[in-house]
Amino acid sequence: MSRAAALEMRNVVKEYPGFPPVRALDDVSVRIDHGELIAVVGPSGSGKSTLLNVMGTLDRPTRGVVSIDGNDTATLSDRQVAGVRARRIGFVFQQFFLLDGMSAIDNVANGLIYQGVGLKERRERSAETLKRVGLGHRLTHPPSHMSGGERQRVAVARALVHEPAFVLADEPTGNLDSKSTGAVMDLIAGLHEEGTTIAVITHDTKIATSLPRQVTVFDGLIESDSALQSSPT
Amino acid sequence: MTAAPPLRALGSRLRPSDVLRVGASGPRARKMRTALSALGVSIGIAAMVGVLGLSESSKSALLDEISALGTNLLTVESGVGIGGGDGAFPEEALAAINRIETVEVATAIHDVDASILKTEFVPTGQTRGLNVVAASRSLLETLNGSIAEGSWLNDATSTYPAVVLGSVAAERLGISTLTQPTYVYIGEQYVEVVGTLEEFPLSADLDRSAIMGQPAAEAFFESNPAPATIFARVENGTIDSNRELIPATADPENPEEVTVSRPSDALEAQAAADDALTTLFLGLGAVALLVGGIGIANVMVIAVIERRGEIGLRRALGATRAHIRRQFLTEAVILSALGGAVGVALGIGATYLYSSLQGWRVIIPSTAAAGGFLAALFIGAAAGLYPAMRAARLAPTEALRA
Repeated sequence: MSRAAALEMRNVVKEYPGFPPVRALDDVSVRIDHGELIAVVGPSGSGKSTLLNVMGTLDRPTRGVVSIDGNDTATLSDRQVAGVRARRIGFVFQQFFLLDGMSAIDNVANGLIYQGVGLKERRERSAETLKRVGLGHRLTHPPSHMSGGERQRVAVARALVHEPAFVLADEPTGNLDSKSTGAVMDLIAGLHEEGTTIAVITHDTKIATSLPRQVTVFDGLIESDSALQSSPT
Repeated sequence: MTAAPPLRALGSRLRPSDVLRVGASGPRARKMRTALSALGVSIGIAAMVGVLGLSESSKSALLDEISALGTNLLTVESGVGIGGGDGAFPEEALAAINRIETVEVATAIHDVDASILKTEFVPTGQTRGLNVVAASRSLLETLNGSIAEGSWLNDATSTYPAVVLGSVAAERLGISTLTQPTYVYIGEQYVEVVGTLEEFPLSADLDRSAIMGQPAAEAFFESNPAPATIFARVENGTIDSNRELIPATADPENPEEVTVSRPSDALEAQAAADDALTTLFLGLGAVALLVGGIGIANVMVIAVIERRGEIGLRRALGATRAHIRRQFLTEAVILSALGGAVGVALGIGATYLYSSLQGWRVIIPSTAAAGGFLAALFIGAAAGLYPAMRAARLAPTEALRA
């Protein structure tokens, strides 16, 4: 048996309470192996965001199993799940969510703070990661003085700094112009080549088709998965 | 194959130093708002520390004054009696009081029927509220008075037309220095001013008087041989017995017309009144502190709403609910600690400044300062509790839906 999947979802159902309850994910199974770069596509309201939240352990499934590195997350306490996010998952958001009051390096260092890494090591590793995303010259700049593309690269660095099992990027280019979009997607492709596992959620089919694997979500169901079509199990 | 470590071993943790760092990040990023929200608490703390400092300092000044004056001084005055008495002591009253065994020393002042003017050209009526009295030489010592300039009456100046001016009298007559021979116009002649006095600790009447020797008053002016007021120093512990004894001794015919008072009582009453005022201002300070705390709670509630994105992000980065709660609680305590520190500094500064200006001994109430700072911390923690709980309760998915 090969190494466990970076992320595996089996028969995941997510319902939001109400009358009638809203079923945002309906029996979803998907497996992401280490080193994969996949696109999760689908129109708004299709359940993409719920999928991201459940994948990223920000939300718990109503039923079904979410395993990270072969470990079922359902048995973990809230504190342990937070620990999983702190060590195993990196998030990149459409709105960047950078803190304006601090420099790029300290924003990236926030990616290590909840692992209990000391300040000096946090800053050293953050500086390295910022160099890796091509921002070695912008370490002490506040994000508010940066372009959209640069900000998203800072956010990517923050998602990478703790060397997660996989990176979840939710519409990472949604707020960017086409030039910055190209730069960020080039960066993601480069990270993929270096072996980082990345799932990019997007509604942009052009971006989706440029990635090695596409998973299409519609109405809470996986409508198609290019990995399964090319090599059905 | 490399086995990944089991996930349950990987708890999320935030170092205590990072709790402080994370808690400070909000106030640091919004300096203006930090300053304004800390202001309320600092005003409250400054008021409380300042009031306590000033009241301590002023009370110590008062107590100094009381002990300088001595609590064994009695003032004996003769009022106008209901029975139609003449409102004056018998001439022998002073000698009689001096014969009481427990009276250490007694001295009297006599009214002199003459007005004091700056020059002969000033109309007679314009005395500016000043009067002329005659006294024996023991007056100054008995009242713990002191000379500002020149000298007190001596054997020679007591018998010649010469006066010593009370502090207010000197000021109203425009006499600021005695380097040149200085005269005032009393009755119908010029009289030399041989000295000026400092304020008496508690005889404001004498501050407005020109004091001459009793022999001179009798020789050159119309002086009432009966004492107007008698001051008596009594042995400690005999205040009450003397209060009963003196009226009948001073004026055996009309003892009910004699009033005996203790000037230090007035100072003690003043100290008590100050205490009441201090309590009032402390209450006002406490109200300001409370309002400051509510202000911090308000700012924190707004911060939690505004920073939903940050809260969601931190949860995504691995923060637990407890970490978020700690962050916002720390932030509130930082705001109030800033306010408290500034308030303590302001309160001490105000105490120092005002006490020095008043010439009081500066007493910084260290317990009040420490207590004020602790109160600020407590207020901050209380104010931050509800906003911090709200922030912690926020679900990460909801917080990220900005």
